[in-house]
Amino acid sequence: MALEQQNFNPIENAKSQLKNHNRGWSQKSRESALIRLSSIGLPNHRDEYWKYTNPAELLTNDLHGLAVTDHEEANVFAEVDALKIIFCDGIFKPDLSDEFLSDNISINRLADKGDLHWAQNYYGALEKHSHTPVARPLAALNTATASDGVLIHVKGNIDKPILILGLQNVQAEATLHHIIKIDPGCSLTLLESGSFATKLNTVMEVFLEKGANFEHVRTQGKDHDRVAATHIFSDIKENAKFKSFTLTANGILTRNECVLNLSGDDCVAHVAGASVGDGKTFHHDDTVFITHDAVACESRQVFKKVLRNGATGVFQGKILVKEGAQKTDGYQISQSLLLDDDSQFLAKPELEIYADDVACSHGSTSGAIDEQALFYLCSRGISRNDATDMLTLAFLAEAVEEIENKNVANIIVEKISAWLSRRKN
Amino acid sequence: MLNIKDLRVNLEDENKEILKGVDLTVDAGKVHAIMGPNGSGKSTLSYVLSGKEGYEVTHGSIVLNDSDILEMEPEERAAAGLFLAFQYPVEIPGVGNMTFLRTAVNAQRKARGEKEISATDFLKQVRERASSLQIDAEMLKRPVNVGFSGGEKKRNEILQMAMLEPKMCILDETDSGLDVDAMKLVAKGVNSLRDNGRGFLVITHYQRLLDHIKPDVVHIMADGKIVKSGGPELALEVENNGYSDILSEVA
Ligand SMILES: Nc1ncnc2c1ncn2[C@@H]1O[C@H](COP(=O)(O)OP(=O)(O)OP(=O)(O)O)[C@@H](O)[C@H]1O
Ligand SMILES: [Mg+2]
Repeated sequence: MALEQQNFNPIENAKSQLKNHNRGWSQKSRESALIRLSSIGLPNHRDEYWKYTNPAELLTNDLHGLAVTDHEEANVFAEVDALKIIFCDGIFKPDLSDEFLSDNISINRLADKGDLHWAQNYYGALEKHSHTPVARPLAALNTATASDGVLIHVKGNIDKPILILGLQNVQAEATLHHIIKIDPGCSLTLLESGSFATKLNTVMEVFLEKGANFEHVRTQGKDHDRVAATHIFSDIKENAKFKSFTLTANGILTRNECVLNLSGDDCVAHVAGASVGDGKTFHHDDTVFITHDAVACESRQVFKKVLRNGATGVFQGKILVKEGAQKTDGYQISQSLLLDDDSQFLAKPELEIYADDVACSHGSTSGAIDEQALFYLCSRGISRNDATDMLTLAFLAEAVEEIENKNVANIIVEKISAWLSRRKN
Repeated sequence: MLNIKDLRVNLEDENKEILKGVDLTVDAGKVHAIMGPNGSGKSTLSYVLSGKEGYEVTHGSIVLNDSDILEMEPEERAAAGLFLAFQYPVEIPGVGNMTFLRTAVNAQRKARGEKEISATDFLKQVRERASSLQIDAEMLKRPVNVGFSGGEKKRNEILQMAMLEPKMCILDETDSGLDVDAMKLVAKGVNSLRDNGRGFLVITHYQRLLDHIKPDVVHIMADGKIVKSGGPELALEVENNGYSDILSEVA
């Protein structure tokens, strides 16, 4: 068994998969992704952007840990009236999912092989251009080998959010690739919740046409043994608005990458994350790359991490302002609240600017809980634990406030409170 | 109500004695005032009473209604009825004033084995008490003390006191930073809480506040000790002559 693990090579594995299964309309894109992957190679701890996070766990085929079978816990958004798309152990479940009968939206699954699919020109298209200046090998691996995913084309008004829910019954690995295309002036709220798999590799490519509006809220919850690499890519056209928020707790290793290209004038992109990590085995990494390639665009990165008992948090965030991207408004903040001396926060904020009329700011801090504030709360009768939780929630608030849908934001706040209070015995 | 015996306190970090044998008894229904030069240890006494970290009690005792509170956590002291209006109220970004107040009220009720207050009763009470202190709704919605003016912070302390209905109230220079009208409001708020079951310890530098909140006993604290106690006339003496006469008299 041990020998087998050592010999496992994701690239060889992808090759044999592609040789043995014809994936229909996406086959060509997969083959070219495999060529990309072969030339850039697998991620290595020595690589500049993997210095703080060891990718080894993400490259084995060794699954450890238990399946999270608590389905009620999996759906953080149970109270939201949403159209549900359900995956179980990495496979789309039409019988559990809601049906969509509307001309304003089309939803397909990646595993459908029908010919000349509308998604053909989109599958892997953003991933393909994401490798310079920083390679994203796990995303290329995903494009080559994804077993399933949803392809959502929003063409008109839809009145409900869509919820992608990932259930788990057995210990499993999943590679999912989603494509979201939102036509000019249309909007979508996309929610994501659930454990999905013990080992997860997800790519989401989001195409926002002129004036399109996308709000994404995701929770990565209770699965203690999760190993996950996720990528969100988006191309944002004129006047479009992209928002993505992720709440993370638990998990051994989570690497969330977000690569955004602001390609149309006056567009907006906000990406935010709140994570709560407890214990030496918690390692959470947010890696963000935002490219301003148009005039008068706004980008915001707000990342907050609460770390205790030896947990590790990583933030690597870059704003690249290309020549001609005048009137860029870029903001980036990454902060950690370290609840003890064992925990650590590693941050690498970067700005690279080739235009002269821009306003960019970035900041990164690590701090302990404010003892004065803690005493003030306790002196009013609030227990030290509860007071710590209140201050922790307050610390995370700036990230949570990035969620535009207030109903969803309240659910997230409740979830964080519940997670925090469960830690206490 | 409150019984302090020969209290000696060191700063934990510096091993420096700040309180050098404080004796003080406040009976229920009484208002005691403490005056004294800057740095004499008045705020330190208030912090030690409410359980702040960083101080080491090397000697003596503090008993509140028959319980030794030195053994209690700050929140337990609060639930036992102790309240400190801070000389410098703390700003807490991200925690709403209303959430804070309700959490505090319910935490104390829970600790005493009482039922939580209903949301409507709570709202009604806050509105009533806030409006008598001229704290508007907008201030209630803001994060605790964030962006409040000096006077607003002090009024917010009194609002917390009014909501928590403590047994033993300690006010540390609540009058400083208040304009004349705000001081009257605060005094009115304090006086409306005066009753037979409640004790007050009012730390102040000025007679002005004591015109509105009439003390039963006035103490002078100097260099970590109560050096003189007397009636309201003692405060007038300080107002007119400063501390030098009193201090040379006890030296
Ligand atoms: N944390 C601390 N570190 C160092 N010195 C301290 C600390 N706390 C109190 N002290 C010192 O203890 C003494 C008493 O301070 P305290 O704040 O109790 O005085 P006070 O009587 O309240 O003065 P004021 O009238 O100016 O408010 C002062 O000399 C002060 O500098
Ligand atoms: Mg003082």
